[in-house]
This record gives sequence, structure tokens and C-alpha cells, in this order.
Amino acid sequence: MAVETKTAPVLRCQHLGIQFGGLKAVDDFNLEIGESELVGLIGPNGAGKTTTLRTITGLEKAASGSIVFDGHDLTKITPSKIITLKLAYVPEGRHIFPQMTVAENLEMGTYADKAGMAGTMEDVYARFPRLSERRRQLAGTLSGGEQQMLAVGRALMAKPKMILMDEPSMGLSPLLVQEIFDIIQEVNRAGITVLLVEQNAKMALSISNRAYVLETGTISIEGSAAELMDDPRVKKAYLGQ
Amino acid sequence: MGKKIRISYLLNAVGVTLIFAVLSGLFSAGVFGTSTTYIQGICTTACYTIIMVASLNLVVGFMGEFSLGHAGFVSVGAYASAIVSGLLTGKGLPDLGLFLVALLAGGLAAGVMGVLVGIPALRLRGDYLAIVTMAFAEIIRVCFCNFAITGGKTMSGILKLSTFPRAFWVMVVCVSIMFLFVRSKFGRTIRAIREDYIAASASGINVTFYKVMTFAISAFFAGIGGSIYAHYMTAMIPTNFNFAYSAELLSEVIIGGTGSLTGSVIGAAFLSVLPEAMRDFATYRMLAYSVVLVLVMLFRPGGIFGHWEFSLTHLLDKITRRESVKEGA
Amino acid sequence: MAASLFVQGLINGLNQGAIYALIALGYTMVYGIIRMINFAHGDFIMIGAYTLFYTIPLMVNAGMPAWMAVIIAIVVCALVGVLVEILAYKPVRKAGSMSALITALAMSIFLENLAMVLFGAKPHNVQAIFQLPTVRVGSVSLPLNVLLTIAIGLLIMLGMQFFVKKTNLGKAMRAVPQDKDASTLVGINVDRIITLTFAIGSGLAAVAALMYCSTYPRVTNDMGSMMGMKAFIAAVLGGIGVIPGAMLGGILVGLIEIFVKLFAPGWYEAVTYGTLIVILLVKPSGILGKNLGEKV
Repeated sequence: MAVETKTAPVLRCQHLGIQFGGLKAVDDFNLEIGESELVGLIGPNGAGKTTTLRTITGLEKAASGSIVFDGHDLTKITPSKIITLKLAYVPEGRHIFPQMTVAENLEMGTYADKAGMAGTMEDVYARFPRLSERRRQLAGTLSGGEQQMLAVGRALMAKPKMILMDEPSMGLSPLLVQEIFDIIQEVNRAGITVLLVEQNAKMALSISNRAYVLETGTISIEGSAAELMDDPRVKKAYLGQ
Repeated sequence: MGKKIRISYLLNAVGVTLIFAVLSGLFSAGVFGTSTTYIQGICTTACYTIIMVASLNLVVGFMGEFSLGHAGFVSVGAYASAIVSGLLTGKGLPDLGLFLVALLAGGLAAGVMGVLVGIPALRLRGDYLAIVTMAFAEIIRVCFCNFAITGGKTMSGILKLSTFPRAFWVMVVCVSIMFLFVRSKFGRTIRAIREDYIAASASGINVTFYKVMTFAISAFFAGIGGSIYAHYMTAMIPTNFNFAYSAELLSEVIIGGTGSLTGSVIGAAFLSVLPEAMRDFATYRMLAYSVVLVLVMLFRPGGIFGHWEFSLTHLLDKITRRESVKEGA
Repeated sequence: MAASLFVQGLINGLNQGAIYALIALGYTMVYGIIRMINFAHGDFIMIGAYTLFYTIPLMVNAGMPAWMAVIIAIVVCALVGVLVEILAYKPVRKAGSMSALITALAMSIFLENLAMVLFGAKPHNVQAIFQLPTVRVGSVSLPLNVLLTIAIGLLIMLGMQFFVKKTNLGKAMRAVPQDKDASTLVGINVDRIITLTFAIGSGLAAVAALMYCSTYPRVTNDMGSMMGMKAFIAAVLGGIGVIPGAMLGGILVGLIEIFVKLFAPGWYEAVTYGTLIVILLVKPSGILGKNLGEKV
């Protein structure tokens, strides 16, 4: 059942345990992602998906286990240093800086490393023409879809090796969801490893190479996206078939 | 059920009377010798401070809003009562009657001021409300500095009507009323508003009305506290009721425990006695006080008593139960 | 005659206002970043003034210009500000605004009484820092140190505005209150930025102390609470969290104070507080503040 990763893992979580106010939120979580892979992490609301991502990026503390990214032990690094390792996180609910302009938001993406900013900014604008039109507008006045694009764009500014995406489809219309997923695929094709957390399992599996199912804090199923789409349990619980 | 409540009232009444009997017994027996008047004075101070702090707790603890202007309402009560007692002197009223009329006048004046301040101010919340209450209190202070009727800078010659027994019983009555108020349906509504004011107004509660009423009731009792103060001190200047005094009252609420009247009573009593006990270290008094305040915030953010309320009935219950357990074993 | 009285009032008001504006800047920066009213900020000015009181004679004896003392004062104030933040404010930051407010009040009481224990309750006279002449234009007397005060105030405001808008650290200071998680994720060390904000705000208090002492060369342990309160009003009036707001509010409060004093000396505080109430009720975010609505 376990799938061999093609290359050396970029991100590896081993026996990760997370406590939340004395309760076990995530228990014995194991995950391995190879270079340039697009891996989905699906599961119901409250399974611990966001908590896991927040722990990987150091916003929450791990109770046990290890998280290794590109040879660095993430449990021992202050959260503000994570980005300097070229690991970017696009959090759930977008988290842009509402009172800064679009351009300033993108600029903040390179806060930790200013080198080569100008070129990257043009790349981002080329990928998101709509942001380019609104570069002087305050980010708080953008629509939900535009804010999501801005959040992805800001993450790209740091030229990351890997992006963690948390619920990019949340609160967006089906048309925009398609657009965002196209962008994620494009980003991945450009060589950036992606871990995609989604409640929208169908969409997530349609673009992922592999996927994990997280249920009540533990990985219950893992495999290639095709395998999971055929798995009767996944079909029943997440694909509505 | 009704019988049980009646018994608990009776118990509390007996308890309070006992405390009073012990204190006044000590005073009349002359145990403290030459310092009897002095200690009696400290106890009177404790009584009116308790009323002021407990009344502020209605706003801070039960309504969940800051007020940095409580001293303003205290001063309205103090000045109004002093003016009334001054006008009624020599009109044939007995001292006690005069005292009670002055108290009521002080309380009502402060209550009216509470409504006047509350209606505009309570549209704001949080830090902004705190700032506005402070601003109103400062304006009240400036007014008293400038009005002729309040004697300009100093108002003196106020009758010394606040004796210890009077202050004590007024305190008992005020705290009991506040306690009943908190336990009443009105009090429950206020707590509902504190927990979630959107939900409260969605379920048909007139949030503004309840808030202004609570504010006014709090101001009313602050005014009564101020009236006792005025007739104990017999002279006062508006600067007594400045921002520092409001801040002191607020910190006593916090130290005692927001939402615990027991905490307010014990906290206020303790903090009025403590400075006198520490007289020799007067310079370090406020220093120690501020350190205690920071420590409480660091280690017991809810105050020393939190939401806990003392209950004589429960205490007796516990003692008798323990005894019955012992008998059983 | 009336015109010259007006001009004189205007000059004095601007002088007063520039001092308030600088103090207000400290309140605004701290409130802007952690939504906390730092009641102890006024007392940082007192600390700055005492430092000046002790260091100016040292400077003069060492043959250095007296104003150099302000550098030491800035360092001392920044240090005290950072210490207060780390020891008292940081631990209660997660406990809610009530705890933060009380802790700030307690720190203010603490600093005032510590100063009383250390330096006594008697006022001290600070040696004059600038020996500038007074120019007379018609019947208006124009002390040049007033002009200097106004100029320093303006310069610092512009400098701060530039710092916050254009520099990397300044941008981080703006980003943190907007979204703490997002700030961390782009690589901002949030705690360090908050500490830096306290250091800058408190350092500015030392400059304010210098300006205050050049107009009123008296230091007392409670000088900070009075001025702090007015500067705080200035910050709220102009729009707390907004740097030009602090400037506008400060000058407004200074002018109101001086002009009301001319006509009704006993009432100037009431008018200042009254203005504050009206502004808060009409536009709670202040004159220049952006209306975001209070987050509950």
C-alpha cells in the first residue's frame, strides 16, 4: 500500500504528535513528500489538518516526533526563520495585510530576503494579471479570490522550494476554485513542491500525485491519487459516490 | 426551597451582626486604648471603600466593561450630599435622618449623572469606553473646581455624620442590594450581554437600556460611598477625585476579583487597612501596591477570588457534612 | 493688540502642541502595534527629564555641549521601555485587554513611586540646555527655543513617517498589527518588532523631555502622568495608531489649552476632555484614523 517516493524526501514528518489544550489533536502522524511532488492532505473538518500545517511551520509546538524539511529540523527553528529555508505557507483564510497595497503585500513576501525582488514581482504579476491591475489598491478591498491570489503571490515572492496550501478553495465560487487550482498546478509544474490541504477532496485528488487522508488526528489512508479515487472508503466519505 | 433561602438570609444576617457586635464591642471596651478613634476611622474608611469598589465591580465584573471614571460618580455623590446636608442643617431633622437624606441625595445625584454619562458613553466599548469615562470624570472634577456652590477649591465645614456603626450598616445594606441585583433576572441579563451582546440583542434584549441602567445603579452606589466619605472627612477638594483615585478603585476591583463581590469586599477592606498598618513604610506603600498589582496580573489574571462568592450557608454545610462523615467513620 | 495676543497664543500653543505630539507619537506607536494603552509612557518622559537633570552638569563639566545629554537620556528611556515591555507587558499580552490595561496602570504607579523613593518628592530644576535669545516682532515675543522645539517636533514626525512607510523595519511594524501569523510567515520576528517599537517610542519620550525642559525646566516624579494624559488625548483625537494623527492631535490639544487659558483659565482641561468625548462619539477612530470598527 505504501507508495515509494521517487526522490529523496523534501519534507518528512515522523511520529508527529500535537497536543491542544491537554487534548491530543494529532497522533503518530507520518508523512513524506518528495521533490516536485504535489501531495494532497484531505479529511473532514476538525481532523487536525490546519493544526498539522501550523505545527510544521512552527506556529504551534509539536508535542512529540520530528519534522525535517530539506535537512533542517523544523521543531528547533523559530517560526519566523522557516521562510528563510524556502518553505512558504499560505494559511487558511488568506491572511494578507489588509491595510497595505497589493504591491506592499508582495514586497513583504521578500521581507527575509530582498535579493532579486524586482524580477520576482514581475513574474507574479505575469502569473496574476488581475493583481497587476490592482497593485496600488489596498489589499483589504480586494475580492476573496483576488486575496487568495495575493496570498499565493506573496508566498511565491520568497522563491520557495515548497509551498503549504491550506484550504485555498474556502469561500470561493466554483469558477474561482478552478482558477486557483490551475495556478497551483502551474506552480507545481515550475518545480515547486506542494502540500495541499483541502476539504474539497475531489478537486484536490484531481490535481495531486499522491494523497493522505487525515481522520480524527491520524492518517487513515494513503496512496496515489488514482488509488484513493478508487478506494471505496474515500468514495463513500469524501467523493459522495 | 423558599425555606432554605430564608434560612440562608437569616444565617447571613446573624453573621454580619456578629462581626458588628465584635467590632463595636472591642471599640467600647477600649481594647485599643487611645487609638480607638483612629481604628474606628480606618473601619469607616473600609466601609465606604467597600461600597465604591463593589459598585464599580457591577460595571467591570458583571457588565464586562472598563470604567476609568468611577471617582467622578463618587465626587458627585460626595458634593451633592454635602450640599443637601448643609442646606438642611438646623431644620429640626435628627442627625440620623439628616444622614440618610444626604445619602439618598448623593446616591440619586450620582445615579442621574450615571444615566447622563452612560447614554452617550456606552455606545462605545473596550478601551474607548474606558477613555470616555475617564474624560467625563475629569470634566466633573473641573466643574467642581469652578462652581461657587462647591466652594471652589476646598469645601469644608461638612457635618461629621458618618460614624462607624452608620457606615457599617449602610455598607451591609448596599452590598446586600448589589448581591441581590446580581442574582436577579436583571443581573442574569447583564451577564448574558457580557458573554455575547450580539446574541443578547438578537434575542430581543434592549442592550443599551440594560447597560445604561447598570451603569446608573453602579453610579448610585458610588454616590452613596461618596456621601459617607464627605460626611466622614468633613472637608474635601476636587483633586481628591482625580484619575489616580479612579485607577485605585479599579485596581482594587481587579485584585479582589472581577465578578466576585466577595473579592471586592475583602479586597477593599484589606487595601484600606493595609496602608495604615504600613504607615512607617509610607514611601514604599504605593511601590509595593503596584508590584502586587503586576504580580496578580501575571499569576492570577482573574483576581485573587476570581468569580468565587463566599457563602455562609455553604461553609456551614461543609462543616456539618464533615462532622457527619466523621461520625459515620 | 488683539492680533498680537492671537499670534502669541498661536506660538505658545504650537510649542505646547509639538511637545504633546512627540509624546502622543509614543502612545500611538505602541497602541498601533499591540492595541494597548501604555499608561506608563508619560512616566518615561519623567525618566528622561531626570536623566537630563543628572547628565547635563556632567556634560558641561566635561566640556561637551549640553544637548549631548539627550543621547544618554534616549538610551536610558529606550532601555526602561524595553524592560517594562519584556518584564511586565509581554507576559500578560495573551491574557486580554483588561489585564494589559491594569498592568500598564500598575507600571505607571510603580515608576512614579520609584522615582519618588530615588529622587524625592521635591521638584528639581534642570539646567538650561539651549541659551537662545528671544526675538521681538512688534509686540509678539518669540523665544527661539520655541521655534527650535517646533522644528525638532516636525522633523521627528517626518522622519518617523518615512521610517514606517519606506524602511523594512517600518513596514514590519505596520504589518504586525494587521496580521500576526502572516507577519511570522513572511519572516518577521513579531516579539522583536514589538520590543523595537517600545524602544523607539520610549526613546522619543526622551526627546520630548528635552523639549519640555527647555520650556519648563522643572522635574517632578509625577510630571509624566499629567502630560501623559494630555498627550494620550492628543493621540486619540488625531487617530490612535496613525503617525500624522499624533501630530495633528498634539497641536490641537496644545492650541486648545493655550487659547482657552486666555479666556477661561479654570476650564481648559474641561474643554480638552469635552473635545475628546465629542470626537470619540462622532468618529471613534479619531480625526485621521481609518474606521475599521472595533474588533470584539
